[in-house]
Amino acid sequence: MSDQVELLLQVNGAARRVEAWPLERLLDVLRHGLGLKGTKEGCGEGECGSCVVIMDGKLVVSCLVPALEADGSSITTIEGLGGEAGLDSMQQAFVDEGAAQCGFCTPGMIMAANALCQGGRTMDHASIREGLAGNLCRCTGYMKILAAVRKAGGARP
Amino acid sequence: MRANVSRYDLRAPDGLTEALHLVSNGWKPLAGGTDLMVLLEAGKLAERRLAGLWKLDELRGIEVGDETITLGALTIFAELRHSPVVGLNLPLLASAAAEIGGVANQNRATLGGNLANASPAADAAPALLVYDAELEIVSLEGTRRVPYHQFHRGYKEMDLRAGELIARIHLPNGRGRWQGCWRKVATRAAQAITKVSLAAAARVEEGRIAEIRIAYGAVAPYPLRCHRMEAALRGAALPAQLPPFDELAPIDDFRSTARYRLKVARNLMETFLASLA
Amino acid sequence: MGESAPRKDAPAKVTGRAQFVDDLTLPEMLYGVTVRSTVARGRIQRIRFDPAFEWDECVIVRAEDIPGRNVVPLIADDQPCLAGQVVNHAEEPVLLIAHEDRHMAESARRRVKVEYERLPGVYSIDAALRADAGAPFKSYTVAKGNVEEGFRRAKWVVEGEYETGAQEQLYIEPQGVLAVASPREGVTVWGSMQCPYYVQRALAAVFGLPEEMIRVVQCETGGGFGGKEEYPSMIAAHAALLAWKSRRPVKIIYDRAEDIAATTKRHPSRTRHRTGVAPDGTLTAMEIDFTLDGGAYCTLSPVVLSRGTIHAGGPYRCDNVRISSRAVATNHPPHGAFRGFGAPQSIFAMERHMDRIAKTIGMDPAELRRRNFLRQGDTTATGQVIRERVELPALLERALAESRWEEKRRTFAVTNGNGNVRRGMGIAAFMHGAGFTGSGERHLRSQVAVEATAEGKARVLASSCEMGQGSKTVLCQIAAEALGTKLEDVEIAQPDTAEVPDSGPTVASRTSMVVGKLVESAARDLRRTLDQSGLLEGRTFSEACRELVKRRGGFKSWSRYQPPPGQWWDDDRYSGDAYGTYSWAVQVAEVAVDLVTYETSVTAFVSAQEVGRVLNPALAEGQVEGGVAQGIGLALYEKVVYDKGRVVNSQMTNYIMPAPGDLPPIRSIFLETPYEFGPGGAKGLGELPIDGPAPAILNAVEDATGAAVARIPMTPEDLLDALERTHE
Repeated sequence: MSDQVELLLQVNGAARRVEAWPLERLLDVLRHGLGLKGTKEGCGEGECGSCVVIMDGKLVVSCLVPALEADGSSITTIEGLGGEAGLDSMQQAFVDEGAAQCGFCTPGMIMAANALCQGGRTMDHASIREGLAGNLCRCTGYMKILAAVRKAGGARP
Repeated sequence: MRANVSRYDLRAPDGLTEALHLVSNGWKPLAGGTDLMVLLEAGKLAERRLAGLWKLDELRGIEVGDETITLGALTIFAELRHSPVVGLNLPLLASAAAEIGGVANQNRATLGGNLANASPAADAAPALLVYDAELEIVSLEGTRRVPYHQFHRGYKEMDLRAGELIARIHLPNGRGRWQGCWRKVATRAAQAITKVSLAAAARVEEGRIAEIRIAYGAVAPYPLRCHRMEAALRGAALPAQLPPFDELAPIDDFRSTARYRLKVARNLMETFLASLA
Repeated sequence: MGESAPRKDAPAKVTGRAQFVDDLTLPEMLYGVTVRSTVARGRIQRIRFDPAFEWDECVIVRAEDIPGRNVVPLIADDQPCLAGQVVNHAEEPVLLIAHEDRHMAESARRRVKVEYERLPGVYSIDAALRADAGAPFKSYTVAKGNVEEGFRRAKWVVEGEYETGAQEQLYIEPQGVLAVASPREGVTVWGSMQCPYYVQRALAAVFGLPEEMIRVVQCETGGGFGGKEEYPSMIAAHAALLAWKSRRPVKIIYDRAEDIAATTKRHPSRTRHRTGVAPDGTLTAMEIDFTLDGGAYCTLSPVVLSRGTIHAGGPYRCDNVRISSRAVATNHPPHGAFRGFGAPQSIFAMERHMDRIAKTIGMDPAELRRRNFLRQGDTTATGQVIRERVELPALLERALAESRWEEKRRTFAVTNGNGNVRRGMGIAAFMHGAGFTGSGERHLRSQVAVEATAEGKARVLASSCEMGQGSKTVLCQIAAEALGTKLEDVEIAQPDTAEVPDSGPTVASRTSMVVGKLVESAARDLRRTLDQSGLLEGRTFSEACRELVKRRGGFKSWSRYQPPPGQWWDDDRYSGDAYGTYSWAVQVAEVAVDLVTYETSVTAFVSAQEVGRVLNPALAEGQVEGGVAQGIGLALYEKVVYDKGRVVNSQMTNYIMPAPGDLPPIRSIFLETPYEFGPGGAKGLGELPIDGPAPAILNAVEDATGAAVARIPMTPEDLLDALERTHE
């Protein structure tokens, strides 16, 4: 038995305080504690990638990160990218290429794709497939996702 | 989520001594969480007190000496995968690191955690066996070293006593010149659990195998260094005959069959030996 | 139409703003969990509640708390909402608990122990077919011509037996429902689902309330593939029962393990073929025996069986056909709808069997199919006359050309002698009936409305659910074209039974074709009204709509399903026009088999199809690519392992679906022959692409290695066994 702890996080550029159980999942801190519902739970075991976020510059599966470890860290979620009025280039490419179908894996897929494309590397499909190996999509067969990542990847600074 | 997280305690010690105090009092060490958090979610994490190791920077990083390379137990696979030193001198470990889960898990999973979790299918293990790794194990009593091939003793049984932590992994430098192979056979191309894996490396001199190391994953209750196989091949002229496979004791489970594992283990060895010739 | 208009729902989805059911909360909400049976068949002896737990904080619902009927009504009404005295499958819901703290709800679930007297169970088709195992849920016989006569005319009689395993839909969003309920206000649920009116009907039965007192709202749905056709009725009933008893909102969200272990899967099947073949390769007789494992309750098995039966003979002409089929009861959790709905099972058998025939008679598999394709004017096994031109020969030529069939086969014949990789090519040809089977659409009598809004839009009202396939976009495109206006002027209501008419369930590849046709006709009606009232003169479309609403206080135009003229179906004799029309396809798989690991990878895939007019090429390609991906999973990766009726591998780490690295480039080719009775000439598409990959891939594996595998999924372990048998 433990007590809840107060965490201080930088979330999408803003300082946020939130109470959580030390071993609570970062995923739950984001969704329940902070109301950021864009990060999704698909499997709860680090397999599907729907819950990936950027923590201190690294892509992580938020269902496997304990809340206490996230204390003091800087987190970017899908809400930290562009809103509907100002999509970032990856989000726009997902729209243009038809890469989102049901939309449930999409936030994680976009976070992972953005992490993959940092530095503006242009990638072939094989390296994108490898880079997105931890993100499962049941709708698309990945073809249009690969096309979107390729399109946006080259356009990145 | 099948666990009630309010029933668990987690602390984050600031330094190694504090961590060892907790561990010696029965707190379960938690590194990258890619195994323990999965157990937690499934409602199967028995230990209620956990010591998170993320502040222990002294257990991170790659040190290169003339004779040895030392890897901190908390080094993540992403670092092993991308480190030029590891790629050059410990290529089998670099290859294995690149095939452990997806990018997000490689950013979290640690080398020490992979060993302490002691899965027979642990992907870093065969490479470490091939490289004659030595584990530096610490406790409040002090430090001891264990050759990694003596570390695993049975299914999830290992030479790691209560109160101990794996601190570092020591590997010989210079094995990068051996001819090696890492082959992971899993349930799909990537982001999958191993059904059978082989790490092997040999030094070939004048058409003979002068030195050789062989280790398999997922064909025994723990990652298996195959001493008898090595003995049979040491000194053998190339092309070499297949060695005996009686050290392997694979099982049937829902991922694969014993028959398949054994057959593929032989095929992988055949391919490796052919590559030496 | 015919343009790749961007998805209406894309901006909300790429920003994470789209609201799925687990994203909703209500004040005072409780979290619900389900206590499930741990045995596959047994009598409940005792339910123990751990005395150390604070049960006062929980709300508990048992079968006796159900105010109406304890049933999830569907076809046979045999499935209880909560088990009473007996359980008939593992993971059967026994008891419900709600708590305001979701962690405590989970703790409570684990502190209930149900004790059973175990009873023997039935876990295979063979065991279920033994005389003492009881009657099947349903059986059919389809007969045409004289099979015995056909066999007499045959030069060869080729026999084969084929099996397919269960397959999990594995939508990435697990199932869930949020409910509020009270005797005065009735019941309202929000959930992830394909069929809001099915849920409404189920709740009306469970609560004994009139349907007007039940409101069902579909949330954004993270994939369905059939898996959210019938099971959401169960979850909705559970959440609503807890809400009814607690007088507080209750949300139930399944975790992945619960979702995989408890909810429906594709029916496992076994098919036996006996085929007479004339010297020129034409089929003289087909005798097909098709069996599905229905699981413990009837659910949708009769209709899954029906589709599988009708598709069992493939797209081939044969004068003498007899198909016998049945769905048997076992103690597996009930199997249910999954994209293709029985057809992928029987088509797998047919298309593997075609290759067996080709091998037996020494004919090229493409040529054998070409000689036997149905043509315009031919009749199918149910006696349906094919009235439209059948594009199969053209599809075959395109698929062969695009996959470089001849060239690759020649090359592989040479290269397969070297190294550890064997390459091969395989074909599957098939058709898929669009819409409900037989008289189904006539019984549904689907309805759609298009209204003018005060904001100056045309708004489509239908219960058809967007679950990723793009229906919101396509239905708006159809309406825009019929209204003669821009896509931006058209919007579509979120399915909510309080607001939209019943346009039928979102299943059976019927949304674009059947519902789209209704949208087209209602939209035309609105346009006619605007034209006749002269409102469009000097006004934009949007202004005209506003004006119409102002003058008439709102305007809705309605349309109801009318069968195409001349369509007939005899439910008793199971003959006639099984479907209004069929979509047709030929797929070619190219594979590489690694002889070191026995792993098969699909290295290239071509899917050529004729689905009438393509309404939105990007969405249509998305359907093909996704369907093929699931078909590749069905063929090579996705294996449900049961142990005495319990799913052993209920996690994403051990139920293996294809990841990005497991799929080849998928090339889609559409031949467009407009269908007279579809909106803008469209036919059904959603299910078609999953019918062919499995047989095409296993045909390719046989081409590569000589190993004839007759069961899917074909794991590397299975291929090793088959190769050893082949070389013995």
